[in-house]
Amino acid sequence: MSSQPLQASNMEQLLEGIWKQNPVFVMALGMCPALAVTVSAFNALGMGLATTFVLICSCTLISMLRRFIPREVRIATYIVIIATFVTLVDYIIQAVSLALYEALGAFIQLIVVNCIILGRAEAHAAKNPPLSAMVNALGMGIGFTIGLFALGSVREILGAGKLFGLSLFGEHFQPWVVMVLPPGGFFVLGLWLLFFAWLAKRKEAQHGA
Amino acid sequence: MQLRASPHLHSGRDVPTIMRHVVYALLPICAFSIWQYGLSSLALIVTVTLSCLAAERISNKLSGTVNTLSDWSATITGVLLALTLPPAFPLWMGTVAGFSAVWLGKSLFGGLGHNAFNPALVGRAFVQAAFPTAITTWAPAFAPQRFTEFIPSTLTLPLMQPNDISAWVAANMVDGFTGATPLARWKFEHFVYPVQDMITGAASASTGETSALLLVLCGLYLIARKFMDWRIPVAVVGSALLLALAFRLFGGDEYPPVHLVLLSGGLMLGALFMATDMATSPVSPRAVWAYGAIIGVVTILIRYFGGLTEGVMYAILFGNALAPLLDKYLQPKVFGARR
Repeated sequence: MSSQPLQASNMEQLLEGIWKQNPVFVMALGMCPALAVTVSAFNALGMGLATTFVLICSCTLISMLRRFIPREVRIATYIVIIATFVTLVDYIIQAVSLALYEALGAFIQLIVVNCIILGRAEAHAAKNPPLSAMVNALGMGIGFTIGLFALGSVREILGAGKLFGLSLFGEHFQPWVVMVLPPGGFFVLGLWLLFFAWLAKRKEAQHGA
Repeated sequence: MQLRASPHLHSGRDVPTIMRHVVYALLPICAFSIWQYGLSSLALIVTVTLSCLAAERISNKLSGTVNTLSDWSATITGVLLALTLPPAFPLWMGTVAGFSAVWLGKSLFGGLGHNAFNPALVGRAFVQAAFPTAITTWAPAFAPQRFTEFIPSTLTLPLMQPNDISAWVAANMVDGFTGATPLARWKFEHFVYPVQDMITGAASASTGETSALLLVLCGLYLIARKFMDWRIPVAVVGSALLLALAFRLFGGDEYPPVHLVLLSGGLMLGALFMATDMATSPVSPRAVWAYGAIIGVVTILIRYFGGLTEGVMYAILFGNALAPLLDKYLQPKVFGARR
């Protein structure tokens, strides 16, 4: 697969997930993990990568099996496939980093019901060949990871004065308590959405002029 | 023949006029707080007001709308917000409060008149959630050095924890300073603050809420000039008073004496200057009474049964949220129409 150069359409698909159809900032999907586990940049990155892994694996597999899955039970089949990979990720994270595992808690298992994955499976993987499905899933996964990281880094910098656990402002930093609480997640998400909406509007205005 | 749309009779008053008079009414309160807390209070009021104005200007620029600085609303937001903060609040936190007040409380909703919540209280609620310790750290009033030096925590470096003020308090020889507000001392020690201290401003409190008497006088000015709906403060204070009286009569010493409820904390400041915000309060008389009563009752409930010692801020924000609903269901009957 890797010997084959990516076609232009594939490249576009990859970028679509990262930028144009970014799951967090444009489609506003997967909000539950995006708000719940983004207290620190590390957690956000861990969650993003775990979701990306599940997304790529399950979309590729679903795409391969797309001719064999009966239409009537497709959702159930997707869920079984997704759950398999989530179980894998669950064990892997537990083995690699117990701290991350404890920080993410039930949200690892809840990747099963992350609507980005089911949405990609239904909207893309079930209709396209494996390579295309994989590239699309990779783009979405990266986009989701970027979204979570954008939230997590802001919340960690203001909420703890750190980034990836490294102190940025010295020991006298005053933490913004609200940033590590649920309202902080909503505020930061809202501000990012505002920023991207503003960018899009500006771009539109420039094209119009 | 000339045709013109209503209203045909106009009092000649516009938003900037009303807002300007509210600022006039707030000036004596600012002056009193500067007399009490000195440089720190002055710096806080100026900083918070300037940051509100800057936030307003920036959002004007970003959204490409007209310059709205001259309608005085950002000035009021800034002054009111500063008056609700503790006198020795670090200036950088005051700036955060000012920007969040204007941006979260007003600009995001579409500017003056479109905001659902009182911007000053949104700013205060944000910093209360962000810096819960700093916003409950009180400085003593009438310290001898207050006009020559800042209270140390005022000049904290940006993003840093407030400087410790205990050494400054000790050096200034302020007798019997406990750092707790009358409401907090009742809640945690069942200590009844002397009425005299609460009227003269010697009790710990936010910058502008120390003298209930002065607040009432300034409010009366606005009511007399008809710049404010008198029903709102009457309903807020009246309902709080009645409920507090009922608790005191039937509940006994469990509950604080009534003067504590009236004179301490921000009840007067909130009832007179924040609950009466025209954009966030109901319009029709019955809705206004209900709105005021809800704020008064919720204030007392939070103070008596909640984890916080002061409940005026959340009570008013709660009232703001209900205001459109109250207006909808308590509309006055149209003359001659049946319900």
